[in-house]
Amino acid sequence: MAFTFAAFCYMLALLLTAALIFFAIWHIIAFDELKTDYKNPIDQCNTLNPLVLPEYLIHFFFCVMFFCAAEWLTLFLNLPLLAYHVWRYMSRPVMSCPGLYDPTTIMNADILAYCQKEGWCKLAFYLLSFFYYLYGCDKKKNLSVAMEILHCTLVDSSKNDRRVRHPQTTKT
Amino acid sequence: MSTAGVNSQNGTGTGQTYANGPTQAPASLHQVPGIGSGMTHQPAYNPLQAKAPTPPGLYPYQPVPSFNSSPSAQPLLSSPLVGRPPSHTPPLSASPGPRLPHGHATPPPLAAAAAVSSSSYYPSSQHSMAPTWQFNTVPQLPGSVAPANVPFRGTVGNHVNPPASLPAATSSAPFSSTPPPLNNPQPPGPGIPPTSMHGYTQPGLAPSPGNFMSPHTYPHGRPGFGPPPTGPPPAMKPTPPPPGAPVTSATPPPPKADGALTGNGPHAPNNFNHVDNKMAGQTQPGPPNRHVGHYPSLPPGYQNTSHAGPPMHPPQPYTQPTQPYQQSLSGPGPAQLSPSLAAMSLQSSTPEALRVVNLLQERNLLPPTAVSAPTPCLPQDLQKINCNPEVFRSTLTSIPQSQSLLNKAKMPLGLLLHPFKDLSQLPVVTSSTIVRCRSCRTYINPFVSFLDQRRWKCNLCYRVNDVPEEFMYNPVSRSYGEPHKRPEVQNATIEFIAPSEYMLRPPQPAVYLFVLDVSHNAVETGYLTVFCQSLLENINALPGDSRTKVGFITFDSTIHFYNLQEGLSQPQMLIVSDIEEIFLPTPDSLLVNLNECKELVQDLLKSLPNLFLKTMETQSALGSALQAAFKLLSPTGGRMSVFQTQLPNLGMGALQSREDPNQRASAKDIQHLSPATDFYKKLALDCSGQQVAVDLFLLSAQYCDLASLGCISRYSAGSVYHYPSYHQQHNPAQVERFQKDLKRYLTRKIGFEAVMRIRCTKGLSIHTFHGNFFVRSTDLLSLPNVNPDAGFAVQMSIEENLDDMQVVSFQAALLYTSSKGERRIRVHTLCLPVVSSLSDIFAGADVQAITGLLACMAVDRSVTASLSDARDAMTNAVIDSLSSYRHSVLTIQQPGLLAPACLRLFPLYILALLKQRAFRTGTSTRLDDRVFAMYQLKYQPLAYSVLLIHPALYRVDDLTDEGALNISERTIPQPRLLQLSVEKLSREGAFLMDAGTVMYLWIGRNCHSNFLTQVLGVPSCSSVPENLYLLPELDTAESQRTRAFVGWLRDQRPFFPSLHIIKDESQLKPHFMQNMIEDRTESALSYYEFLLHLQQQISK
Repeated sequence: MAFTFAAFCYMLALLLTAALIFFAIWHIIAFDELKTDYKNPIDQCNTLNPLVLPEYLIHFFFCVMFFCAAEWLTLFLNLPLLAYHVWRYMSRPVMSCPGLYDPTTIMNADILAYCQKEGWCKLAFYLLSFFYYLYGCDKKKNLSVAMEILHCTLVDSSKNDRRVRHPQTTKT
Repeated sequence: MSTAGVNSQNGTGTGQTYANGPTQAPASLHQVPGIGSGMTHQPAYNPLQAKAPTPPGLYPYQPVPSFNSSPSAQPLLSSPLVGRPPSHTPPLSASPGPRLPHGHATPPPLAAAAAVSSSSYYPSSQHSMAPTWQFNTVPQLPGSVAPANVPFRGTVGNHVNPPASLPAATSSAPFSSTPPPLNNPQPPGPGIPPTSMHGYTQPGLAPSPGNFMSPHTYPHGRPGFGPPPTGPPPAMKPTPPPPGAPVTSATPPPPKADGALTGNGPHAPNNFNHVDNKMAGQTQPGPPNRHVGHYPSLPPGYQNTSHAGPPMHPPQPYTQPTQPYQQSLSGPGPAQLSPSLAAMSLQSSTPEALRVVNLLQERNLLPPTAVSAPTPCLPQDLQKINCNPEVFRSTLTSIPQSQSLLNKAKMPLGLLLHPFKDLSQLPVVTSSTIVRCRSCRTYINPFVSFLDQRRWKCNLCYRVNDVPEEFMYNPVSRSYGEPHKRPEVQNATIEFIAPSEYMLRPPQPAVYLFVLDVSHNAVETGYLTVFCQSLLENINALPGDSRTKVGFITFDSTIHFYNLQEGLSQPQMLIVSDIEEIFLPTPDSLLVNLNECKELVQDLLKSLPNLFLKTMETQSALGSALQAAFKLLSPTGGRMSVFQTQLPNLGMGALQSREDPNQRASAKDIQHLSPATDFYKKLALDCSGQQVAVDLFLLSAQYCDLASLGCISRYSAGSVYHYPSYHQQHNPAQVERFQKDLKRYLTRKIGFEAVMRIRCTKGLSIHTFHGNFFVRSTDLLSLPNVNPDAGFAVQMSIEENLDDMQVVSFQAALLYTSSKGERRIRVHTLCLPVVSSLSDIFAGADVQAITGLLACMAVDRSVTASLSDARDAMTNAVIDSLSSYRHSVLTIQQPGLLAPACLRLFPLYILALLKQRAFRTGTSTRLDDRVFAMYQLKYQPLAYSVLLIHPALYRVDDLTDEGALNISERTIPQPRLLQLSVEKLSREGAFLMDAGTVMYLWIGRNCHSNFLTQVLGVPSCSSVPENLYLLPELDTAESQRTRAFVGWLRDQRPFFPSLHIIKDESQLKPHFMQNMIEDRTESALSYYEFLLHLQQQISK
């Protein structure tokens, strides 16, 4: 018995999305702190900037996994965010270090509002995709189990003497 | 100490609690002559007169608000609207005769009031201190103000004083954290290299002969910065002074009789003195009896909007909102205005600002002299104490009630600030407790309301606060129990000496570090000589105290430090060639105390120009030099002045040339407006964190990538100066400008380790800041240095509806360390009415401020998006606002391009912006010039940037003394402002164009020989030399007049505009002609075409 590769992808994506949700929450809190004067924008940018690329890479990583697993629907659902990430990073300000946020422009009300909105949207997206992966994961697992049952029954029909073992696995 | 003073006086004061009514009047009479057009004294600044004369019955003129009577009668003194007719609107429209020239329409009592109040200005200006516009003269009522038990704050001010006049700030001695360099036992010899691997050599400097003891103790202050020297009475209100001299005998009681804090030296108790009256006597006596018909009559064919009012003068305090235009007869009548407006106006007349102007028909829109700021429609008592529009100005003087209303009006809402402006007089308060709101930390200001004697209600967050015991005592009247008469509550601009809670560390000393480019290119330009000469001349005028420190770094491909430690016989040069990993060879002796090591510094300055004469080093390691300078300054903070003449091409921060000369004139999008690297920005942020500001002087003929280099100043709150094609021999005009700028730069006031916070009434919020600074939080700007020539702009948004408010307030508080090591807070508070109708919003629009703010926004737009985007946005701004006016305010549609009178110049200014160097396309513009123009638009205070946008044109060959100003014995002729169109030029005349940083004097081919001989000293036009940039000093009346006029224009701004005298065939003629904004060029529309374009868009 084994998972299919797709099921593995879903489980991995599930875990990684949980991490991304934390990233998004962190992002929202950070910008909220900026807006309410608690933090110096330089410090805040220094803490936020290193997190940008990991987030994007994680997302990119499981997109690639879904691609390999030929999960086209899931990949299709993720493509807009992937494209957005690429666009966002391409249009970042001139910076010598990785990251997106420039302390000199971050306090502009438009940019601040944009970043906050971005955080909320991403949080929503990750939450939805979390449940989607959970479901997908479940489905894949069931699917694999179902396939196994199918396989077993096929085998059973040929080898009747091993009938006893398999019903147990179906119960799992 | 000051507390003691207060308490002791509290004791005496309690007896005469409410008794200051009678005593005030004499005090104020004393004060009027001394203070000139003080900010707090705006007798005639009266919205009632501003918009239209008021029927005497409705608003009796009350120069002295009723506080003089028993205070118990008026407990709610600052809730202005209580018991008033519906808010601010009546003043707008209360004109008895809708279409009469104001002067005649004024009912007698008011006219008398106007005359009387303006007359109070006359004596003041005549009594003004002799060098009226001298920047640093500190007249300061010496004996009278100096109190007995409080140190005389007057001289401890932040001005540039000759050291002789400054007692060493003994109090600050404990603060000096760094040990005096002379104690450093380091031997002067070469035995101190920290790391031998970074070899640095120490060629000694040749000691220059002669002991330069700096005999040029500069007369501190070059004449004339700050507000233009005119605060003539006409400026105050549209109500023109009646022809004939004002009634000088009838000096009225000043509006706030107890605003006496500034003038009544002898009466002033010790708690506060006014310090900054160095420009005392701002107000120049305007020509009292200037005739209306003075100006040459307009050419036929224009709909003459005759100028009934007396001439205005360039930006001046308390100028009236709109020119007293006689209403055009062809204009649509009030009947066409919306019902709401009609309902608003009691007498069904239109406020002047809303008079409908058909721009396509009325050509002659420029006022006779400079446009002035509109007056907010506030009750008279509030308006009188409101902040000076030169310091604090809003694009909409009536704040819309909600964001949706603002969106409907399609005009930007924002503030334009000039917070550290040199002020003629500034009340300074020393008090152990600074009264602030406990929840929002707003400083107490004139617009708070006192619920009773013991409680006041914050006007920003509406929290009720207690009045501290100390505040109950009024030091001006020396009475107790009148907190509402304290100077804090009487002045919208005030300065506090901050107690130690406002310091994070001991106040830093004044520290100046000069970073000089000495590569071959730099030596070629010859700027080093000028710089050293200027610094030598002004070394005693550098603002500072006994702790002032200076240091020098020069650089080419290596970095040279100068050991100026006391005890050395001559300065030592230390060369660090490891530019990748910069270090300081002798950290302690590179920044030295100026007083102790003045001779060494002078030696160095004298030998520096010769030291690098033969250098062949062409590379420039600016990035490393900046890092070294940052390391040197970071322990203390201070000011770094960087002089750069070429593209930095070595080490960190090296840049590539990005400009393609073939693309200069491209009509397509301009590239490379954003920085190429973030090295300079990051360094600037580091500097900002260590309270170091970087000022950049760029003297270069080639491309220097100002877009990248400028970041170093932009985010560290420095300033940028640009001298394109600077050369000692080839460009004498630039050399002169550089000299004058340097002198101003070295001697002007400076504030260190500053922050500025802008607070506004709940419901409003700050959207974006413009200027040079680092934004540290939503309302806080970090300004390592603040200088008097820095302007800021703030975009605002309305987050919550302001339904239940009648006024909103804005407060800018600038906390800084003066060059004398005092921590000070300068607070400006502006109060504006809230309105609910679109027509009111339009009536309060300030076209210059709107243009200034739009320019700032367009600069941002062109950097983040593209230049064409920014140009479109500006055009759309004018289209949107005019179409909103047409569709929402006007009810009867009629053909033409209609604009309210207050916005009549809006299309012209926008067109001027589109043709400005920063935004123009199709005309060859060097990238650096363009970027510098953008910097200027963002950084210059509005008063100066308006000239950069729309230059002023005058005819100067027929100057007369008629209507001239009289400023300190000089007669300043006042020619009429002309439209920027070639049709205004004539071959027979000579025309002066004042474009802010540069002036052109254009001599027509057939110019009157009288003018040529009498002013230029040449027999004929053909013999006017090329490259003439000085007016010869001839002893003729014409020459004197012309020079006086040019000098007066120059004195109005802190930078020095160079003058170019050009003829038809001059090389500079294209520059002159480019400023002819109303004319068509190959690549840009003429004004009329632009109007047609607007009309087409609006009627779509």
